[in-house]
Amino acid sequence: MPKALAHTLFVLVPVVAAAAFLPFAYSNQLLLFNFVVFLTLAQGVNVIYGFTGYLPFGYAGFFGTGAYGFSLAVIHLHLSPIPALAAGAAAALLLGLLLTPLLRLSGAYFAIANLAASLAVFQVVSNPNLEGITKGPYGISLSGVFSPNLSYGVAVVFLAATLGLIVFLRNSRFGLALQAIREDAISAGMAGVNVVRGRVLAWLMSAVIAGLIGGVFAWYVSVFYPETVFSPEFSIFAIVFALFGGIATLTGPILGVVILYGVYNAIGISTPQYFQLIYGLLIVGLVLFLPNGLVSLFRRWGIDVP
Amino acid sequence: MLEYALLAGLLFGLYYSLVGLGLNLIFGVMRIVNLAHGDFLMLGAFAAFWLFNLFGTNPLVSVLAVLAVFALLGLPLYYLFVPRLLAAKDPEMLSIILFFGLSQVIEALTTIAFGTSERSIPGNVLGSGPVRFLGQSFPIAWVVSGMASGLAVLGVYLYLYRTRLGYLTRAVMVHREEAVATGIDVHRVSAIAFGVGLALAATAGVFAPFMLGSVTPAMGVDINITSFAVIVVGSLGNPLGSVLGGIVYGISLMFMQSYFSSWANLLPYLLLIGILLVRPSGLLGRQVRRA
Repeated sequence: MPKALAHTLFVLVPVVAAAAFLPFAYSNQLLLFNFVVFLTLAQGVNVIYGFTGYLPFGYAGFFGTGAYGFSLAVIHLHLSPIPALAAGAAAALLLGLLLTPLLRLSGAYFAIANLAASLAVFQVVSNPNLEGITKGPYGISLSGVFSPNLSYGVAVVFLAATLGLIVFLRNSRFGLALQAIREDAISAGMAGVNVVRGRVLAWLMSAVIAGLIGGVFAWYVSVFYPETVFSPEFSIFAIVFALFGGIATLTGPILGVVILYGVYNAIGISTPQYFQLIYGLLIVGLVLFLPNGLVSLFRRWGIDVP
Repeated sequence: MLEYALLAGLLFGLYYSLVGLGLNLIFGVMRIVNLAHGDFLMLGAFAAFWLFNLFGTNPLVSVLAVLAVFALLGLPLYYLFVPRLLAAKDPEMLSIILFFGLSQVIEALTTIAFGTSERSIPGNVLGSGPVRFLGQSFPIAWVVSGMASGLAVLGVYLYLYRTRLGYLTRAVMVHREEAVATGIDVHRVSAIAFGVGLALAATAGVFAPFMLGSVTPAMGVDINITSFAVIVVGSLGNPLGSVLGGIVYGISLMFMQSYFSSWANLLPYLLLIGILLVRPSGLLGRQVRRA
């Protein structure tokens, strides 16, 4: 059996099936929805950080842009939700294109510039002077299109598509080319890999993933403030979840989300500061002792994990 | 209005130089990003707050205690984290994540200990009455904080350029491997620089209640961004570049606040992105770093 098919059958299908059918067995749909959002975001971070090595510290900027693109299309253009999602994705894509020059920066410089960019977008969106367009800091209300079941279903579709993309990256020349660029851009270029094209494509795909899921998030919750969707927690959680499981793998970010977001929901909501303490310690321990994530532990034992 | 913005910008610029200085010193010597910088600043602010509230200690006295305590705290923290980090494949990236974890731990512990409420110290403990200069008047707390920041920057200059230790530190900044090869005890030099970096952050924290408004355990993130803007404008890795960065930042902030106040919050981000894209090495830098 080809590896891509095996990955699809044994990882993608079960995860998507669980996301699709759990709401019938478990009544807290919002919690499940948040799991789907973070599964998608963690894989979106995986595309850019795992495969190309750029740390998107301002990933929430795309999520928020998608959410606002969706909402403004609904409010001002009176689009129905599905075309409005395309508008959200287009807005995130546009922001991604606008930020492509940042890819010239390396390492920490990129991470910092990306964080600054996402905060700049947040400051513009939440500026009271733009109340007529973005509703400023007073938030968005989309009660007209509120439809939890449909939007949940769409979120699961986006999750499936994102996982499919990761399966593709894990098993294709393009994914291999991206990892070659991450390891050594100059050698990859010498070997005939188009470095700039690879990086820009990965960056834009990652932006669109966040934009799409951000749009669905806006649709699902339908009432939110700029702080909600531009919250740095989205970037940080997605990065930590992906890193905890193991980047540049298919299962790593899934494991990370299921375990860490599970812990978060068990203790983090009532006493956020204790969760913050635990995940702070986890991150420190992870970087010092297990920099390649949980999945690397299995690899060390000789078990191959997709 | 123009003179006011310029002079106030200069005072704030001196203060912002100090805010960025510690981060830049650590980056310059160890090539790691201390993302917990803002949290050490916050701890300094809380130390000043409690010393003032419990014992009525003047912040100008607390600053000395804070300086010593955080410099000493830096040594064990250095040996706990940094040598392991520097041995890794990509220390710069990993350091961002590691120190982010540390910043979360600090923020969580501070929240557990003190709660999330805002704290401040009345400005008149640094002296009473406004200071008049060139027909403008400024709160005395600003003037004292600006002066103290200037003194701290001067101290770093003397440490780096007028002592043997500073000479060794600059050698490590220029080329770590060569410094090792010439027999410099790189870990000792770096550990001291790390301690000095934390002490500078905490010192800036002591004056934070006067310059930045009230302090909360969650203030670290914003401070980090501001510090990055300051040191990137100056020059990343060149500690004295942060003075230029700080003054450019302080003056532009005051101009934004005087003329386009509702957009002033955008300034650090735009300045940061603009400089990174146009001149990634900063205004005083020599090398250009690109991917």
